[in-house]
Amino acid sequence: MSDLMKMTLAEAREGLRARRFSSAELAAASAAEIAKARPLNAFIVETPEIAAAMAAASDARLARGEGGALEGIPLGIKDLFCTKGIQTTAGSHILEGFKPVYESTVTQKLWDAGAVMMGKLNLDEFAMGSSNETSYFGPAVNPWRRGNDDAKLVPGGSSGGSAAAVAAELCFGATGTDTGGSIRQPAAVTCIAGIKPTYGRCSRWGIVAFASSLDQAGPMARTVKDCAILLREMAGFDPKDSTSVDLAVPDFEAACNAGVKGLRIGVPKEYRIDGVPAEIDALWEQGIAWLKEAGAEIVEVSLPHTKYALPAYYIVAPAEASSNLARYDGVKYGLRVENDDLTRMYEQTRAAGFGREVQRRILIGTYVLSAGYYDAYYLKAQKVRTLIAGDFKAAFEKCDALLTPASPSPAFGIGEKTNDPISMYLNDVYTVTVNLAGLPGIAVPAGISKDGLPLGLQLIGRAFDEETLFSAGSVLEKAAGFTGKPGRWWA
Amino acid sequence: MSVDEKAVRRAARLARLAVPEDRLAPLAAELSGILAWVEQLNELDTQNVEPMTSVRPMRLYRRADVVTDGFYAEDIVKNAPRSEDNFFVVPKVVE
Amino acid sequence: MSESKMRGKLIEGVTGSWEVVIGLEVHAQVLSNAKLFSGASAAYGGAPNSHVSLVDAGMPGMLPVINEYCVEQAVRTGLGLNAQINKVSVFDRKNYFYPDLPQGYQISQFKQPIVGEGVVVVDLPGGESVEVGIERLHLEQDAGKSLHDQDPNATFVDLNRSGVALMEIVSRPDMRSSEEAAAYLKKLRAIVRYLGTCDGNMDEGSMRADVNVSVRRPGAALGTRCEIKNVNSMRFVAQAIEYEARRQIDVLEGGGSIHQETRLFDNKAGVTRPMRSKEEAHDYRYFPDPDLLPLEFDDAFIARIKATLPELPDAKKARFVSEYGLSPYDAGVLVAEREIAAYFEAAAKGRDAKAVANWVTGDLFAALNRDGKPIGESPVSADALGEMVGLIGDGTISGRIAKDVFVIMYETGERPAKIVEERGLRQVTDTGAISAAVDEVIASNPAKVEELAKKPKLIGWFVGEVMKKTQGKANPQAVNEALKAKLGHLLGE
Repeated sequence: MSDLMKMTLAEAREGLRARRFSSAELAAASAAEIAKARPLNAFIVETPEIAAAMAAASDARLARGEGGALEGIPLGIKDLFCTKGIQTTAGSHILEGFKPVYESTVTQKLWDAGAVMMGKLNLDEFAMGSSNETSYFGPAVNPWRRGNDDAKLVPGGSSGGSAAAVAAELCFGATGTDTGGSIRQPAAVTCIAGIKPTYGRCSRWGIVAFASSLDQAGPMARTVKDCAILLREMAGFDPKDSTSVDLAVPDFEAACNAGVKGLRIGVPKEYRIDGVPAEIDALWEQGIAWLKEAGAEIVEVSLPHTKYALPAYYIVAPAEASSNLARYDGVKYGLRVENDDLTRMYEQTRAAGFGREVQRRILIGTYVLSAGYYDAYYLKAQKVRTLIAGDFKAAFEKCDALLTPASPSPAFGIGEKTNDPISMYLNDVYTVTVNLAGLPGIAVPAGISKDGLPLGLQLIGRAFDEETLFSAGSVLEKAAGFTGKPGRWWA
Repeated sequence: MSVDEKAVRRAARLARLAVPEDRLAPLAAELSGILAWVEQLNELDTQNVEPMTSVRPMRLYRRADVVTDGFYAEDIVKNAPRSEDNFFVVPKVVE
Repeated sequence: MSESKMRGKLIEGVTGSWEVVIGLEVHAQVLSNAKLFSGASAAYGGAPNSHVSLVDAGMPGMLPVINEYCVEQAVRTGLGLNAQINKVSVFDRKNYFYPDLPQGYQISQFKQPIVGEGVVVVDLPGGESVEVGIERLHLEQDAGKSLHDQDPNATFVDLNRSGVALMEIVSRPDMRSSEEAAAYLKKLRAIVRYLGTCDGNMDEGSMRADVNVSVRRPGAALGTRCEIKNVNSMRFVAQAIEYEARRQIDVLEGGGSIHQETRLFDNKAGVTRPMRSKEEAHDYRYFPDPDLLPLEFDDAFIARIKATLPELPDAKKARFVSEYGLSPYDAGVLVAEREIAAYFEAAAKGRDAKAVANWVTGDLFAALNRDGKPIGESPVSADALGEMVGLIGDGTISGRIAKDVFVIMYETGERPAKIVEERGLRQVTDTGAISAAVDEVIASNPAKVEELAKKPKLIGWFVGEVMKKTQGKANPQAVNEALKAKLGHLLGE
């Protein structure tokens, strides 16, 4: 393997600027690694030719002493982002073959900053899942294994392809989206960093919608600093998204060096959940100790409505999804199962085009919104969101950020949890509150399970205070001093 | 709330999902399980709680009344399973 | 509206009389350049799918951004309907599947509309007026268009209309006859046209009505209603109501019952029939659109719009009555269209306003109706008509000659003074010339003069003869006076 791909994004950026290697070399190395890593099933579409052309253009700009903040950096794109002329499927059969005539705002911003597109990354179908097993294109595979056991493990989800690709060093970073934990949970179980920014920080325009009031794009990369570099380019107000926020985008990279001295870090007692492995709690204690050593003050806080977050989420998200996915009807794009009768055409197209989990959520969502149930379910859940947001508001009067585990378990085996939806839903237990309240949350690699699998910690911040997360996240990352990498069993 | 087969059939019809008869019962059981689980929300008194609308109070962004888009019919129907003369074509609809 | 007060006409059935109760849901297209939530053109027509943005086509990941002008237009209309303006309103998704609904939902306003209760005063042909309550006005997206006649086995879908801003104006069930419903629609159309918020063009579908009809025994509780969809002319609204009321009465009198349903008016056959696509019970699963925030504005926003409101039909009518001394009926006719009112005022400036009103509602309307021309295309300008009335007023021409002058004006577009001058139509007021003509007529008709003593009414014949002699140009007043001076002794004066 070329050492080029072992670099962090920040190192690659410096190397390109110093002309120690070219973007063309990076793109070629990345494409070669991607080709070798097909057993990981991380990519749905590989775009080496586009990458080569973009890299050549980057090299020309770099040669002129120009170039954006990500000039020449190979990235992978979660296949939920619409990419002009490149198949965009959301991991679903129903969108197979769909080539958008437009580019999502976030990816366009990345290309404008000079980034190089390596392909479209696997994900749970319509981002509905926590293990990448609901993808129509088959599960992505975690590069990590349990010791010498060659059982294939999930890379988390829904941004499982993004996590696998970054963890396996196939590209320097990837886009993810996070509706209930879909960036942070896969990041945690693949030993990379990932941040879900505050709702409204990144434009949702051109991202296939799952649950509009929860969806947020964010970066996944091997270090906290790499995430900071990426997020700065991805974020920003977009007049095409009414929910995006018109606020200046701070220098997140600079925040990575700010430290935690004087910061108050809250530890929410409700996040000590029965039945969670002891090693998760132990890691959490370790994280608390690291931050304390670095000068933070630790305060215990209470988020009393935490246990209601998952149930509220499993009303709001399916309800919105049931409406958002109505547009996949066989008329304008994607799959159509022909039938002379319009209603049968709709029903058969959607039955054939959507997978089991997606259909399950559409049915739940349809049910909870149907006449007579709206108040009892959707309205109730939206009110519970207000209570959860209120919990955080109260907590943030006592502290500047919260520290919690990122995932209730390390990566599990493919097929181990697919039969029980609720046990699968519980994977998001630490992350989902953040989406409901619209807050930013970052997952940072922090330790190793007894089986040799990565574990992550999560920091939660005030709305639009991603900077504190980058500061504290960098401290954790440094303290953990994590150097372990997955064995290259796929190559 | 227990969901019966009839309710599943009705939701499937509203959602335009063909659900085979033999899937109705298992789906009803799954949905009942999920709904029973979410019903713990009823423990909370939300009488005087406003539903959440946005993370921070902000004004709905408005666009100016200017034609800035459109005039690319070929692109609109480009991905259509069936189209003719830039129309989408669907099975005959009876009004 | 008090339920006990009987109004409108009753319909006689076999078993007694019935009262028809009508409510209208009018969809008025907002006059705007762009659509409600996208930058695509809202113009009528266009090549298939050309006035369509990615948002209007429901492409994955597309998001709505509201057009501020459409919001203003809705508020303006609300103010014109004397209605409550809601400073906070919410856009909801109305979920259903249909090929011309590309998102699988329509963005509408369900629980919290932008405009609440208001009232419209409706002028009836007999000169009386009734109030029709407005329940609400909300903003929503139009759907695309399904074309069923292009192919025997397929429906073609054009999304040019998809996303165009509509105002749905919902009335209370306050109308009691097809005439009242038609008059309400007419008044609503006048108001939105005055306001410039909708062009009211029913042919192009920029205004269309869903008509709710039920019947009941006079004074009884409301009956079950049927909704007749998309009726697109005043005449059809009246026809559809007449048909539907009769149909419901026949069903009830036949021992049947009415079940609530959506029906379609077939304007060729003049009947309503159930809509197949609407047969199944709907459950629209409304919920607030998470892609949008609540729509909020302040009093200053409303005040700014209020300051730009034109004088509306009711106020204008009252002013025409008080300022010009017109009858309420004439004033009502003149204010029905903003352009007509403006024409009238321009013509009446400094003239005999009542006379101008008579000319406008009489000869001018007759000529325009005959040619199917709107007032904007009148060959007789307001100024010219005013000038003509002026010529009558100052005695230059007689009212009789004026009729001819008007016809020439209408045909040639020439100014009345020029016509009168060139064609020598000036009224003869010269007493000498008139006196001579009178003498001539008396001299050549001795028998008639004799007869006059017995039959004083014969004086009219003399007037006519003198007018003939002067080619109608003699001032009739002067002719009368001259005749009376010479023949008055025969009349016992």
